[in-house]
Amino acid sequence: MKPQAYIFSAVLLAGAFASAHAQNAQQLNIRSLAATCANCHGTNGKAQEGSAVVTLAGLPKDYIVAQMAAFKSGARPATIMHQLAKGYTDAQISEVAGYFAAQKK
Amino acid sequence: MIARRSFIQSSAALSMLGLAGCATTPSSQAIPTKAKVVVIGGGFGGATAAKYVRLLSDYKIDVVLIEPNSSFVSCPMSNLVVGGSKQLSYVTSSYDGLSKNHGVTMVKDMVTDVDATRRIVTLGRGAQIGYDKLIVSPGIDLLLGSIEGLREASDAGQILQAWKAGAETVALRKQLMDMPDGGTFAITIPVAPYRCPPGPYERACQAAWYFKQSKPKSKVLILDGNPDVISKGALFKKVWAEQYKSMIEYRPSHNVTAVDAKTGTIKFDVQDDVKAQVLNVLPAMRAGRIAVQTGLNNQANGRWCGVNYQTFESTAAKNIHVLGDAIQVAPLMPKSGHMANSHAKVAAAAIVAELSGWEINANPMLTNTCYSFVSDKDVVHVASVHEYVAAEKTFKTLAGSGGVSAIDLKSDVTQLEGVYATNWAQNIWADTLG
Repeated sequence: MKPQAYIFSAVLLAGAFASAHAQNAQQLNIRSLAATCANCHGTNGKAQEGSAVVTLAGLPKDYIVAQMAAFKSGARPATIMHQLAKGYTDAQISEVAGYFAAQKK
Repeated sequence: MIARRSFIQSSAALSMLGLAGCATTPSSQAIPTKAKVVVIGGGFGGATAAKYVRLLSDYKIDVVLIEPNSSFVSCPMSNLVVGGSKQLSYVTSSYDGLSKNHGVTMVKDMVTDVDATRRIVTLGRGAQIGYDKLIVSPGIDLLLGSIEGLREASDAGQILQAWKAGAETVALRKQLMDMPDGGTFAITIPVAPYRCPPGPYERACQAAWYFKQSKPKSKVLILDGNPDVISKGALFKKVWAEQYKSMIEYRPSHNVTAVDAKTGTIKFDVQDDVKAQVLNVLPAMRAGRIAVQTGLNNQANGRWCGVNYQTFESTAAKNIHVLGDAIQVAPLMPKSGHMANSHAKVAAAAIVAELSGWEINANPMLTNTCYSFVSDKDVVHVASVHEYVAAEKTFKTLAGSGGVSAIDLKSDVTQLEGVYATNWAQNIWADTLG
């Protein structure tokens, strides 16, 4: 590999992995809680292209909170989400909804 | 001058990331002598753990992942290969995303030894890697020796398991294709717990779905070591009665003791012998070899590895975390790929917190979703949500949450679940590897 190409790819690589912001224990716990959604909805709420399972990243916080409440109450019918939504407290839902709302689509 | 300075800075950045240079393939990368986190095993547990230690540490903690296979072959969805509606390539993914997107150092090798005191792992090629934290996600070993005649029949390729997706999955598919119409496919199930509770029942559906299209006089015989269907029982029984009537027969309490590949015979401790043309005999399972060799299998007569569920740290060795099918499960926790991915995230967050000097999450959560294909398109599920309860030091499912598909099995719903199951697979493969 030419030296110039090496520099270019090294800079790109460093940029790609740069830390966006410092975090603390509380933020780590919220990221970890949000990661329980990622198995189906994608890492950081970004589902694969064409997925019928929705991308949560970038959805408004209030919208996610309202949908989860509707799944819990049965107002929004579902195949599986009504069963999963009931496993989370309103406080937990508010935290993860805030996290996903802050993620880029 | 500018170019020179940026070269040095970028080199520093590279070494900080734990990358050994600008090598692009794992095999040509130099093996580091030390990493903060070393992961053994690139399945759903290990690969997810490697990625999430990187993600959750904002790429500050270097991770080495040791895996002997050059690509990831998913057990979930692989029964569709047995049924013939998908090819093995569909369930096969590259490991490249872990290194390219997340800076995980991939090492293609087997681990031959773990020195838990000195915190060093030794590779098949002889190299050694030191660690601060070790994650062991070894999957399962099949106890072929627990059934008379099975090891020989398995080695000869006559009686397959195909319980680790790959070449055997394709070989089992070929046995079904070669079977004459009017033949019998028999699948035997070990006493629980075993990898993927609904998997054998799903496989029976896939074989029957294939026979229904191509060999309608054939039969599927499910010989279960357990007293009843272990997972989604009411749903599977309804499917068998309605969609595969007189094709699938279910027999409980059939505990296999011996097989004879020449005559196609299966023997049981109590029940009469059974003969079939294609035999798929699943023996009892235990934690994978390296966990047993390291002495991590301290539960259930040496079958499974005990962990502290808050962190998944081994109860047998400090600074070693065990994930996935190899662990002694908490109540209602299945041995599944989805669950291994969930274990990995809890362990990764605990490791990041500990290495950062932060308090470890007191109430980590897990989810599980198991989708089973009962035809090429129709799917039923079981789902659960689990919370770590500090007072009881275990995970418990949350009251009122979780459940299975609606029992009326309306085809518009089972087909919608089929779409979700397919999307689930794409998303969890990407969440694990991408």
